Amino acid sequence: MDALEDIVLEAEGLTPEKVKLEMLAKYPTKVARKRARQIVINKVGETGDVPEIQANVRTTPGLIGQRGCCYAGCKGVVLGPSRDIVNITHGPIGCGFYSWLTRRNQTDADASPDGHNFMTYCFSTDMQEKEIIFGGEKKLKQAIQEAYDLLDPKPKAIGVFATCPVGLIGDDVHSVCKEMKEKLGINVFGFSCEGYKGVSQSAGHHIANNGIFTHVVGTDDTIREGKFKINLLGEYNIGGDAFELERIFEKCGLTLISTFSGNSTISGFANCHTADLNLIMCHRSINYVADMLEKKYGLPWIKINFISASATAKSLRKIAAYFGDPELTARVEAVIAEEMPAVEKARDEIYPRTQGKRVMLFVGGSRAHHYQDLFRELGMTTLSAGYEFGHRDDYEGRNVLPSIQVDADSRNIQELEVHPDPEKYNPRKSPDEMERLTREGLPFNKYDGMMPEMPDDTMIIDDLSQYETDKLIELYKPDIFCAGIKEKYIVQKHGIPMKQLHSYDYGGPYAGFKGAVNFYKDIDRMVNSKIWSYMKAPWQKNPELMATYAWE
Amino acid sequence: MLLRHTPKEVTERSALTINPAKTCQPVGAMYAALGIHGCLPHSHGSQGCYAYHRSALTRHFKEPVIAATSAFTEGSSVFGGQANLLQAIDNIFTVYNPDIIAVHTTCLSETIGDDIPQIISKAKAEGKVPDGKYVIHANTPSYVGSHVTGFSTMTRAMVDYFAESSGHKTKTLNLIPGYSEPSDMEEIRRIASLMGIQTIMFPDTSRVLNGPLTGKYRMFPDGGVTIPELRQAGSSMGTVALGALASSAAAKALDAKCKVPCEILDLPMGLHGTDMYVDILRRIAGVNVPDSLTLERGQLVDVISDMHQYFYGKKVALAGDPDQLLAIAKFLVSIDMIPVYMVTGTPAGKKFEKALREVVKDAPCEVKIQMPGDMFLLHQWIKQSPVDLLIGNSYLKYIAKDEDIPLVRHGFPIFDRIGHSYFPTMGYKGGLRFLEKILDALLDRKDRDATDINMELVM
Repeated sequence: MDALEDIVLEAEGLTPEKVKLEMLAKYPTKVARKRARQIVINKVGETGDVPEIQANVRTTPGLIGQRGCCYAGCKGVVLGPSRDIVNITHGPIGCGFYSWLTRRNQTDADASPDGHNFMTYCFSTDMQEKEIIFGGEKKLKQAIQEAYDLLDPKPKAIGVFATCPVGLIGDDVHSVCKEMKEKLGINVFGFSCEGYKGVSQSAGHHIANNGIFTHVVGTDDTIREGKFKINLLGEYNIGGDAFELERIFEKCGLTLISTFSGNSTISGFANCHTADLNLIMCHRSINYVADMLEKKYGLPWIKINFISASATAKSLRKIAAYFGDPELTARVEAVIAEEMPAVEKARDEIYPRTQGKRVMLFVGGSRAHHYQDLFRELGMTTLSAGYEFGHRDDYEGRNVLPSIQVDADSRNIQELEVHPDPEKYNPRKSPDEMERLTREGLPFNKYDGMMPEMPDDTMIIDDLSQYETDKLIELYKPDIFCAGIKEKYIVQKHGIPMKQLHSYDYGGPYAGFKGAVNFYKDIDRMVNSKIWSYMKAPWQKNPELMATYAWE
Repeated sequence: MLLRHTPKEVTERSALTINPAKTCQPVGAMYAALGIHGCLPHSHGSQGCYAYHRSALTRHFKEPVIAATSAFTEGSSVFGGQANLLQAIDNIFTVYNPDIIAVHTTCLSETIGDDIPQIISKAKAEGKVPDGKYVIHANTPSYVGSHVTGFSTMTRAMVDYFAESSGHKTKTLNLIPGYSEPSDMEEIRRIASLMGIQTIMFPDTSRVLNGPLTGKYRMFPDGGVTIPELRQAGSSMGTVALGALASSAAAKALDAKCKVPCEILDLPMGLHGTDMYVDILRRIAGVNVPDSLTLERGQLVDVISDMHQYFYGKKVALAGDPDQLLAIAKFLVSIDMIPVYMVTGTPAGKKFEKALREVVKDAPCEVKIQMPGDMFLLHQWIKQSPVDLLIGNSYLKYIAKDEDIPLVRHGFPIFDRIGHSYFPTMGYKGGLRFLEKILDALLDRKDRDATDINMELVM
């Protein structure tokens, strides 16, 4: 790939190597040594090989970063966005409170026949000192009973999420859930997702994936109508992304069985093994479910990306190639042909104003990668990027999976042993067909990661610290910076527009064709806004008093 | 419907909290610590805690909220968090160089039983705390009290760590502003300074969490009480603590430690609440109340009388923190509104509940109070018998929309509007703004409901 074109930076002698050294200079030796392995200057080899980056390792205490905890990843990612389950947080009140409606997972409850929607509620056992001392199992049991008794209509599933002290005092949420499941006759299951587990939200994703696979997936064998049945994995319906994708799928004649998890239902998860293809959006948070679905039910997965119009078109073509049905292929092409003109029109109009602007993205476990496509469509360059909770495979590609060392923090997160289901295992394609499709450019179980797609000399930084954020901004002065709510106003105090890519700053959708247009418009508004010129008052711009009024 | 599963009939709950009217201690401690100049709050727990607290405060203030974490792993949860905290202290001073680190604990570190003062001593002994820099702490287990307790405990820690008596009293008065907005803190101080009184206010988040955009980010902004001021607070002539729950612990500790007498008042909200505050200031400092302040009072009385017909008899449901509930309820009763339902998640004690019931004892209808209570219960009461107005945080908008009731946002958190950081609801001017907000909500609703025939131009 071409080296990063930036004459200004070169002229200032601001090479990425120098920037890296400057960022590390202030750290104590041990910290600097560790961070040096997490700050990598990209270099893509001829075979697409990239340098190794250290990722998914402990955050250094005191360094100030972006990450949250295991509980946040577990409750937030799979079950949080699913409307027909009562999610009870077992712990003191805070964890339940902070995760109450603060992720923007939209849902259309009226689309379900039962109309269940518990997402607007926060359920908690609000543990008190008494329970910390004497145990909280009794209170949890009672809380489950009360949720079942009083909600109208009654829930059909209840999930329980353990917080830090629960693990320490030894409450067994799983046995309580098992007992209550038998007693109430509805699905009740727990997650040991104490906040201290793992090194970030990522551990919680894995635990959630395991739980949903164990307790829900495959429990409803109803075969739904539809010729081309898909599941969408790792799409969380922020700002209505999933609605836009549902619109496109319907137009293409694809039947969406289940989404993990946006505008989603437990019923959908239960039935997802009846689909014929899994599409993976956010590889980091959901690849475990995809792998397990393949092993147990023979459902293959492909990596797709619906962020940006060109990525959406490419992904739709991949789906059509998988099913290999001429009618579907024609329909997909017709949809792309119909949708693209509006996207291109918007882009052409905006492009002259965004071309050449420079971006930094530090967010999540896939968004820092996916959104680069959208910025590319606007002619914008990514200077530096990194994940909040990604692993090496999200940076370097899944081919590094065998070489990833399993450390103490990851070893404690259970790997489910999954075998083909004796009755339900049904490989959707023969090995020959899979091989042919791979040869024709439809790779299965493959994700190349973020780095091979990024120019040489860009800085890839895992688990970015606050200090590094400030340094990057100070040295590079990017035109826009993308991260989350905690970084939002810090970056903007620097006088640089900041785009939240978790919450979209309460805008969106940004996925699919219509989403791309929304994104172009938002970025145009942000990087070309006059408001960033208001920071100095007239008397600060011209502090010298040249002439005074002679009013007497 | 947003809250479509909430039944009208109230059933007894002993274990399940639904839609809480409180959150946990550490966020309050973090907020208080941000009110010390040059302070980096530090959460001694797993990194989810500080991520959640920083997010909640950032969403509320739309400002940078900086804090650090011990980032507990499973290992530290087993062996204790000492190594993490020592490393954090070293890294923080090396990289971010604050004047002071204010450590608060979490349910995790409290359950393990980490001894923070011992760890701080060790950090000092190992040379991890540079000369002239400080590390203080507050124990804030999330399973006790609420965010208000955390605020109160961290505020008290400021006294415990710094206040010292010089042996002679100064003419300065200490102000403890309660769990209030930066704008309210500014207003509380402005009133005292109008009266010519020198004050030390702690904590003080004004100019920390309502700062300007200048193009230059400063991790430690201008605002906040300074450490010399906290020291001198022990020699002040007295302390006025506003809001018993949030402020009395610090005020009493200061009295016990440095013999600085204190007066504990309600938050100065509304006419009488502000009257009490101004009058106490006058008497403690031995000063006259300036005409400018009496004018502000008169303007508030004027608006109350001008618009009384719209307030009279209106039923209000409130969810919030105890100090705020008490002050707002008194204000509402003083203008002939009826606070009919009140919940707080904070366990404020029997004495407080009695005080609150006393405020509404002459109400012409049944008044329901539940503490600790939650918004689910509040909603059920509303379903049984509706109200004219809701006052509380942003989460009430789900009830407001479902039940079609106007809402005035007040308290913590407010995620979906601005104003609270800049415009106070305390003092006479704050009282005016609060009334304006109530009137806007009630009269907008009246206009919306008006038919083509009875639409009024003049109100």
